[in-house]
Amino acid sequence: MQADEDTLEKVVFETEVEIKNADGLHMRPAMQFVDVANQFECDITVSNNENSVDGKSIMQMSMLAATCGTRLKIKAEGADAQQAIDALSELVEKKHFDEPTPGDPKKR
Amino acid sequence: MKFADFICFAALIPELKAKDRNGAIAELVSALYNAGRLGKGNCEEIIKAVVKRENEASTGMGKGVAVPHVKHKAVKDVIATIGQSSVGIDFSSLDKQPVYSVILIISPVDNPDKHLQVMESVFKHLQEEKFRKFLRQSKEAEEIEELLREADENLP
Repeated sequence: MQADEDTLEKVVFETEVEIKNADGLHMRPAMQFVDVANQFECDITVSNNENSVDGKSIMQMSMLAATCGTRLKIKAEGADAQQAIDALSELVEKKHFDEPTPGDPKKR
Repeated sequence: MKFADFICFAALIPELKAKDRNGAIAELVSALYNAGRLGKGNCEEIIKAVVKRENEASTGMGKGVAVPHVKHKAVKDVIATIGQSSVGIDFSSLDKQPVYSVILIISPVDNPDKHLQVMESVFKHLQEEKFRKFLRQSKEAEEIEELLREADENLP
Protein backbone atom coordinates (compact mmCIF):
# COMPACT_ATOMS: atom_id res chain seq x y z
CA MET A 1 0.00 0.00 0.00
CA GLN A 2 1.30 3.44 -0.81
CA ALA A 3 0.18 6.96 -0.05
CA ASP A 4 0.70 10.02 -2.19
CA GLU A 5 -0.17 13.21 -0.48
CA ASP A 6 0.38 16.14 -2.81
CA THR A 7 -1.83 18.72 -1.12
CA LEU A 8 -3.80 18.78 2.09
CA GLU A 9 -7.02 18.29 0.13
CA LYS A 10 -5.95 15.60 -2.26
CA VAL A 11 -5.25 12.29 -0.58
CA VAL A 12 -4.75 9.27 -2.79
CA PHE A 13 -4.38 5.71 -1.58
CA GLU A 14 -4.00 2.63 -3.69
CA THR A 15 -3.83 -1.06 -3.01
CA GLU A 16 -4.07 -4.36 -4.82
CA VAL A 17 -6.33 -7.13 -3.60
CA GLU A 18 -6.99 -10.69 -4.69
CA ILE A 19 -10.48 -12.16 -4.95
CA LYS A 20 -10.42 -15.19 -2.66
CA ASN A 21 -13.97 -16.53 -2.51
CA ALA A 22 -14.60 -19.41 -4.89
CA ASP A 23 -17.54 -17.84 -6.71
CA GLY A 24 -15.72 -14.59 -7.45
CA LEU A 25 -17.20 -11.11 -7.50
CA HIS A 26 -20.76 -12.04 -8.42
CA MET A 27 -23.70 -9.80 -7.63
CA ARG A 28 -23.97 -10.31 -3.86
CA PRO A 29 -20.29 -9.59 -3.12
CA ALA A 30 -20.33 -6.75 -5.65
CA MET A 31 -23.26 -5.22 -3.74
CA GLN A 32 -21.37 -5.59 -0.45
CA PHE A 33 -18.40 -3.86 -2.02
CA VAL A 34 -20.52 -1.00 -3.34
CA ASP A 35 -22.27 -0.65 0.05
CA VAL A 36 -18.97 -0.31 1.88
CA ALA A 37 -17.55 2.02 -0.80
CA ASN A 38 -20.57 4.30 -0.47
CA GLN A 39 -19.92 4.78 3.24
CA PHE A 40 -16.98 6.98 2.27
CA GLU A 41 -16.75 10.43 0.76
CA CYS A 42 -13.74 9.72 -1.44
CA ASP A 43 -13.88 8.63 -5.09
CA ILE A 44 -13.15 4.94 -5.53
CA THR A 45 -11.90 3.40 -8.75
CA VAL A 46 -11.44 -0.34 -9.22
CA SER A 47 -9.47 -1.80 -12.11
CA ASN A 48 -8.50 -5.14 -13.58
CA ASN A 49 -6.17 -5.34 -16.55
CA GLU A 50 -8.83 -4.22 -19.00
CA ASN A 51 -11.24 -1.85 -17.29
CA SER A 52 -11.35 0.86 -14.67
CA VAL A 53 -14.75 1.28 -13.08
CA ASP A 54 -16.52 3.30 -10.40
CA GLY A 55 -16.35 1.30 -7.17
CA LYS A 56 -19.62 2.85 -6.01
CA SER A 57 -21.68 1.62 -8.99
CA ILE A 58 -23.09 -1.90 -8.88
CA MET A 59 -23.52 -2.06 -12.68
CA GLN A 60 -19.93 -1.04 -13.27
CA MET A 61 -18.57 -3.38 -10.62
CA SER A 62 -20.47 -6.26 -12.24
CA MET A 63 -18.55 -5.54 -15.44
CA LEU A 64 -15.24 -6.60 -13.90
CA ALA A 65 -16.06 -10.32 -14.07
CA ALA A 66 -13.52 -10.83 -11.29
CA THR A 67 -13.19 -14.58 -10.85
CA CYS A 68 -11.52 -16.26 -7.88
CA GLY A 69 -7.81 -15.45 -8.06
CA THR A 70 -8.29 -12.20 -9.98
CA ARG A 71 -6.20 -9.27 -8.73
CA LEU A 72 -7.90 -5.89 -8.61
CA LYS A 73 -6.43 -2.47 -8.04
CA ILE A 74 -8.42 -0.20 -5.75
CA LYS A 75 -7.71 3.51 -5.83
CA ALA A 76 -9.30 5.99 -3.44
CA GLU A 77 -9.08 9.75 -3.75
CA GLY A 78 -10.34 12.07 -1.05
CA ALA A 79 -10.07 12.93 2.62
CA ASP A 80 -11.10 9.48 3.92
CA ALA A 81 -9.22 7.51 1.25
CA GLN A 82 -7.15 5.50 3.69
CA GLN A 83 -10.13 4.38 5.76
CA ALA A 84 -11.93 3.37 2.54
CA ILE A 85 -8.96 1.32 1.32
CA ASP A 86 -8.64 -0.38 4.72
CA ALA A 87 -12.33 -1.28 4.84
CA LEU A 88 -12.45 -2.55 1.26
CA SER A 89 -9.24 -4.61 1.57
CA GLU A 90 -10.63 -6.23 4.68
CA LEU A 91 -13.91 -7.07 2.94
CA VAL A 92 -12.20 -8.63 -0.09
CA GLU A 93 -9.15 -10.36 1.39
CA LYS A 94 -9.90 -11.02 5.06
CA LYS A 95 -13.65 -11.57 5.04
CA HIS A 96 -13.73 -12.69 1.38
CA PHE A 97 -17.34 -11.45 1.39
CA ASP A 98 -18.25 -14.06 4.05
CA GLU A 99 -18.14 -16.70 1.33
CA PRO A 100 -16.18 -19.97 1.14
CA THR A 101 -12.74 -20.03 -0.45
CA PRO A 102 -11.48 -22.97 -2.55
CA GLY A 103 -9.19 -24.15 0.27
CA ASP A 104 -11.99 -24.15 2.79
CA PRO A 105 -13.78 -27.50 2.28
CA LYS A 106 -15.62 -27.60 5.59
CA LYS A 107 -17.56 -24.45 4.78
CA ARG A 108 -18.60 -25.49 1.26
CA MET B 1 -18.81 -13.17 -24.61
CA LYS B 2 -21.66 -12.58 -27.06
CA PHE B 3 -25.38 -12.46 -26.38
CA ALA B 4 -25.82 -15.21 -28.98
CA ASP B 5 -23.71 -17.48 -26.76
CA PHE B 6 -26.22 -17.48 -23.90
CA ILE B 7 -29.49 -15.77 -24.91
CA CYS B 8 -32.25 -18.11 -26.04
CA PHE B 9 -33.80 -16.03 -28.84
CA ALA B 10 -36.83 -18.33 -29.00
CA ALA B 11 -37.69 -17.38 -25.41
CA LEU B 12 -37.61 -13.58 -25.76
CA ILE B 13 -40.78 -11.86 -24.52
CA PRO B 14 -41.41 -8.43 -26.12
CA GLU B 15 -44.32 -7.67 -23.80
CA LEU B 16 -44.69 -9.49 -20.49
CA LYS B 17 -48.26 -10.27 -19.50
CA ALA B 18 -47.33 -10.21 -15.84
CA LYS B 19 -47.52 -6.91 -14.01
CA ASP B 20 -45.64 -8.08 -10.93
CA ARG B 21 -42.16 -9.38 -10.20
CA ASN B 22 -42.96 -13.02 -9.47
CA GLY B 23 -45.27 -13.23 -12.46
CA ALA B 24 -42.58 -11.85 -14.76
CA ILE B 25 -40.04 -14.36 -13.41
CA ALA B 26 -42.51 -17.22 -13.91
CA GLU B 27 -43.22 -16.12 -17.50
CA LEU B 28 -39.53 -15.95 -18.40
CA VAL B 29 -38.62 -19.28 -16.78
CA SER B 30 -41.58 -20.91 -18.56
CA ALA B 31 -40.43 -19.42 -21.87
CA LEU B 32 -36.99 -21.02 -21.43
CA TYR B 33 -38.66 -24.27 -20.40
CA ASN B 34 -41.00 -24.26 -23.41
CA ALA B 35 -38.03 -23.56 -25.68
CA GLY B 36 -36.52 -26.77 -24.32
CA ARG B 37 -33.59 -25.05 -22.64
CA LEU B 38 -34.12 -26.27 -19.08
CA GLY B 39 -33.73 -29.94 -19.91
CA LYS B 40 -35.57 -32.14 -17.45
CA GLY B 41 -35.52 -29.38 -14.87
CA ASN B 42 -38.70 -28.74 -12.99
CA CYS B 43 -40.17 -25.44 -14.16
CA GLU B 44 -42.01 -24.67 -10.89
CA GLU B 45 -38.96 -25.52 -8.82
CA ILE B 46 -36.73 -23.18 -10.86
CA ILE B 47 -39.28 -20.34 -10.61
CA LYS B 48 -39.28 -20.81 -6.83
CA ALA B 49 -35.49 -20.77 -6.72
CA VAL B 50 -35.27 -17.50 -8.71
CA VAL B 51 -37.93 -15.86 -6.53
CA LYS B 52 -36.14 -17.03 -3.38
CA ARG B 53 -32.88 -15.52 -4.63
CA GLU B 54 -34.70 -12.30 -5.52
CA ASN B 55 -36.18 -12.12 -2.02
CA GLU B 56 -32.70 -12.32 -0.49
CA ALA B 57 -31.57 -9.23 -2.39
CA SER B 58 -33.19 -7.43 -5.28
CA THR B 59 -31.44 -7.70 -8.64
CA GLY B 60 -33.12 -4.47 -9.72
CA MET B 61 -29.98 -2.53 -10.45
CA GLY B 62 -31.64 0.76 -11.25
CA LYS B 63 -32.14 2.50 -14.60
CA GLY B 64 -35.14 0.32 -15.38
CA VAL B 65 -33.36 -3.03 -15.52
CA ALA B 66 -33.41 -6.14 -13.34
CA VAL B 67 -31.28 -9.26 -13.67
CA PRO B 68 -32.95 -12.08 -11.72
CA HIS B 69 -30.71 -15.14 -11.69
CA VAL B 70 -30.05 -18.44 -9.98
CA LYS B 71 -27.69 -21.39 -10.17
CA HIS B 72 -29.49 -24.59 -11.00
CA LYS B 73 -28.55 -28.15 -11.82
CA ALA B 74 -31.08 -28.21 -14.67
CA VAL B 75 -28.60 -26.40 -16.93
CA LYS B 76 -25.10 -27.39 -18.02
CA ASP B 77 -24.35 -24.01 -19.54
CA VAL B 78 -25.57 -20.48 -18.82
CA ILE B 79 -28.89 -19.74 -20.50
CA ALA B 80 -30.77 -16.44 -20.45
CA THR B 81 -33.70 -14.59 -21.91
CA ILE B 82 -35.18 -11.09 -21.83
CA GLY B 83 -38.69 -9.86 -21.12
CA GLN B 84 -39.96 -6.32 -21.65
CA SER B 85 -42.72 -4.51 -19.81
CA SER B 86 -44.10 -1.26 -21.18
CA VAL B 87 -45.99 -0.48 -17.96
CA GLY B 88 -43.04 -1.20 -15.68
CA ILE B 89 -42.74 -3.74 -12.87
CA ASP B 90 -41.89 -3.15 -9.22
CA PHE B 91 -38.67 -5.07 -8.51
CA SER B 92 -37.80 -3.22 -5.28
CA SER B 93 -34.94 -1.75 -7.28
CA LEU B 94 -32.03 0.15 -5.76
CA ASP B 95 -33.37 3.40 -7.23
CA LYS B 96 -37.00 2.50 -6.33
CA GLN B 97 -37.98 2.97 -9.97
CA PRO B 98 -40.02 0.48 -12.05
CA VAL B 99 -38.27 -2.08 -14.25
CA TYR B 100 -38.89 -2.20 -18.00
CA SER B 101 -36.33 -4.81 -19.04
CA VAL B 102 -35.93 -8.09 -17.17
CA ILE B 103 -32.95 -10.29 -18.01
CA LEU B 104 -33.34 -13.76 -16.51
CA ILE B 105 -30.17 -15.82 -16.19
CA ILE B 106 -29.94 -19.49 -15.18
CA SER B 107 -26.38 -20.67 -14.51
CA PRO B 108 -24.92 -24.12 -13.89
CA VAL B 109 -23.94 -24.88 -10.29
CA ASP B 110 -20.33 -25.72 -11.03
CA ASN B 111 -19.12 -22.91 -13.27
CA PRO B 112 -18.95 -19.62 -11.34
CA ASP B 113 -16.46 -18.12 -13.82
CA LYS B 114 -18.84 -18.53 -16.77
CA HIS B 115 -21.61 -16.89 -14.77
CA LEU B 116 -19.34 -13.89 -14.12
CA GLN B 117 -18.44 -13.62 -17.80
CA VAL B 118 -22.11 -13.58 -18.76
CA MET B 119 -22.83 -10.89 -16.16
CA GLU B 120 -19.93 -8.88 -17.54
CA SER B 121 -21.28 -8.87 -21.09
CA VAL B 122 -24.83 -8.16 -19.93
CA PHE B 123 -23.77 -5.13 -17.89
CA LYS B 124 -21.35 -3.85 -20.48
CA HIS B 125 -24.37 -3.25 -22.69
CA LEU B 126 -26.92 -2.33 -20.01
CA GLN B 127 -24.54 0.43 -18.94
CA GLU B 128 -25.14 2.13 -22.28
CA GLU B 129 -28.13 4.41 -22.22
CA LYS B 130 -28.64 3.92 -25.94
CA PHE B 131 -28.82 0.17 -25.55
CA ARG B 132 -31.36 0.40 -22.71
CA LYS B 133 -33.45 2.82 -24.74
CA PHE B 134 -33.47 0.63 -27.85
CA LEU B 135 -34.31 -2.40 -25.74
CA ARG B 136 -37.26 -0.55 -24.23
CA GLN B 137 -38.48 0.53 -27.65
CA SER B 138 -38.44 -2.99 -29.11
CA LYS B 139 -41.98 -4.18 -29.75
CA GLU B 140 -41.26 -7.53 -31.38
CA ALA B 141 -39.05 -10.46 -30.43
CA GLU B 142 -37.30 -10.03 -33.80
CA GLU B 143 -36.41 -6.44 -32.92
CA ILE B 144 -34.85 -7.52 -29.64
CA GLU B 145 -32.92 -10.28 -31.41
CA GLU B 146 -31.68 -7.81 -34.01
CA LEU B 147 -30.56 -5.38 -31.31
CA LEU B 148 -28.66 -8.12 -29.48
CA ARG B 149 -27.00 -9.44 -32.65
CA GLU B 150 -26.01 -5.91 -33.59
CA ALA B 151 -24.50 -5.41 -30.13
CA ASP B 152 -22.55 -8.66 -30.64
CA GLU B 153 -21.12 -7.40 -33.92
CA ASN B 154 -20.02 -4.14 -32.38
CA LEU B 155 -17.99 -5.83 -29.66
CA PRO B 156 -14.30 -4.94 -29.92
